[in-house]
Amino acid sequence: MAKETKTMNLNFGPQHPAAHGVLRLILELDGEVVERADPHIGLLHRGTEKLIEHKTYTQAVPYFDRLDYVAPMNQEHAFAIAIEKILKINVPLRAQYIRVMFCEIGRILSHLLNVTTQAMDVGALTPTLWGFEEREKLMGFYEKVSGSRLHANYFRAGGVHKDLPIGLEQEILEFCNSFPKIIDDLETLLTDNRIFKQRNVDIGIVSKQDALDYSFSGVMLRGSGVPWDLRKSQPYDCYNNIEFKIPIGKNGDCYDRYLCRIEEMRESTHIIKQCLKLMPNGQIKTNDGKISPPSKKEIKESMEALIHHFKLFTEGFRVDKDEIYTAVEAPKGEFGIYLISDGSSKPYKCKIRAPGFSHLQAMDYLIKGHMLADVPAVLGSMDIVFGEVDR
Amino acid sequence: MNNLESLEKLINSELTTKINLSKINHNELKIKIDEIDLLSVILFLKNDVRTKFKQLIDVTAVDFPERDMRFKLIYFLLSHEFNLRLNIEFDIKENYKVRSITSIFPSSNWMEREVFDMYGIHFKDHPDLRRILTDYNFSGHPLRKDFPLTGHNEVRYNEEDKKVIYEPVKLEQNYRNFDYESPWEGTKYIKEITKK
Repeated sequence: MAKETKTMNLNFGPQHPAAHGVLRLILELDGEVVERADPHIGLLHRGTEKLIEHKTYTQAVPYFDRLDYVAPMNQEHAFAIAIEKILKINVPLRAQYIRVMFCEIGRILSHLLNVTTQAMDVGALTPTLWGFEEREKLMGFYEKVSGSRLHANYFRAGGVHKDLPIGLEQEILEFCNSFPKIIDDLETLLTDNRIFKQRNVDIGIVSKQDALDYSFSGVMLRGSGVPWDLRKSQPYDCYNNIEFKIPIGKNGDCYDRYLCRIEEMRESTHIIKQCLKLMPNGQIKTNDGKISPPSKKEIKESMEALIHHFKLFTEGFRVDKDEIYTAVEAPKGEFGIYLISDGSSKPYKCKIRAPGFSHLQAMDYLIKGHMLADVPAVLGSMDIVFGEVDR
Repeated sequence: MNNLESLEKLINSELTTKINLSKINHNELKIKIDEIDLLSVILFLKNDVRTKFKQLIDVTAVDFPERDMRFKLIYFLLSHEFNLRLNIEFDIKENYKVRSITSIFPSSNWMEREVFDMYGIHFKDHPDLRRILTDYNFSGHPLRKDFPLTGHNEVRYNEEDKKVIYEPVKLEQNYRNFDYESPWEGTKYIKEITKK
């Protein structure tokens, strides 16, 4: 007589520290081996896309901060570029460098959080403490430039909101000089760590083909050996003028993805340094009065500026009837905006393509046959943030 | 195929009858097809050595309530090899069942579920067509233009019943949609900015 086996269903989340947010993962277990995983998402669904349809283009920007809230400016970047392309606005060079610089700061913010919390999920606490100290400094830069540490609302169609305050460039440069040492320190804790390797090497392997089939992007794709980075292949803003390398993984396991992220942080520091060096003086937003608001001084002096100001903050600027898909390389992968404008000051539709959505979809495929203890490791290496998955 | 123009030519010559319209806009090739040709067009684009659109980026729909063909479905494809982007679109009527492409791209599973959840468009042969982003037992399809922004139900914790309860939305003040659009066309010229 065949031995009868019974599988057990286990609810992982929605409140679980290793779920990186509100993920309800229904696991079907045979002993300790996962047979099937069914992620239930949407617990953080706020209807961002619907809300954006009811807001003017300027009012819609803050919603992008709240998607992937560990790297807010990268999302704003995609939205700004989409509008700029439709309106055919030329962005001043200084603004381009500022934007690229802050996008790279966002990348470091995101990777620092991911690498260190992934380490925490598999049992190492110290990296988190070290990493968060650096994140604090980076969020300080966010605050100095936009007034808030997380939800920056800093990028605008046609440039950025305000110029960098005096002294910030020096501070960022100092950070860039000291930061590589911190990455080295993190690596001494993790890269050759026996426990970290045992928990990550050969776990959650993704083949090249599957990475493509499952719509992976960013580190998830590069970790599997596909040389693809939108900053290189479809450059936007001033990425053309900047030199940097793209780290590629070999085995497509959790450990390779960790290595890719570490290397990307080094490259980002490199990019920030170049931005600081190449950044010219000049305007930080387009001077088309129909799109970017006038300065306070101008409002006091010029009637036209006053009218522009009033119209921009009530009706908002109008965007010609068009459709566009723009994508940027966000820390987590390809972040895309599909924007349909109808000639009014509000988008007709704004579809947000979040990289985490397709990554999480592959959870079932990735975890099948692994042990229960590997679930946090795989989940951690996917770099899931529920703000963007649930939108 | 290294540029969009030659890709457009190739697609038009290979899939002549299936392509209703092709257009290059913002560095992307847009093709309009009929829903019945969806699977064959996508299979061709994915497997042909001259196109190699190996990745499905996203699937989404747009609602045009005033049109007879109410929904427009859009599939975004990306070819890493040739660094090209393409989107396929077609119009469908309400209640029309679209063929699922999960057999070609496994990642379309959740994307189609999202379209189903948000717009109520059904997919034929989909392995697991459930709601994905909205709450359990949610009714209605939020991204349809006739769905109110405030929704229908609100949730709160009831102290007496000691549980979370659903109630119809009660707002102290209704959602106000101000119409700021000016009736005037406005000037078309852009003022030259003179440097002092």
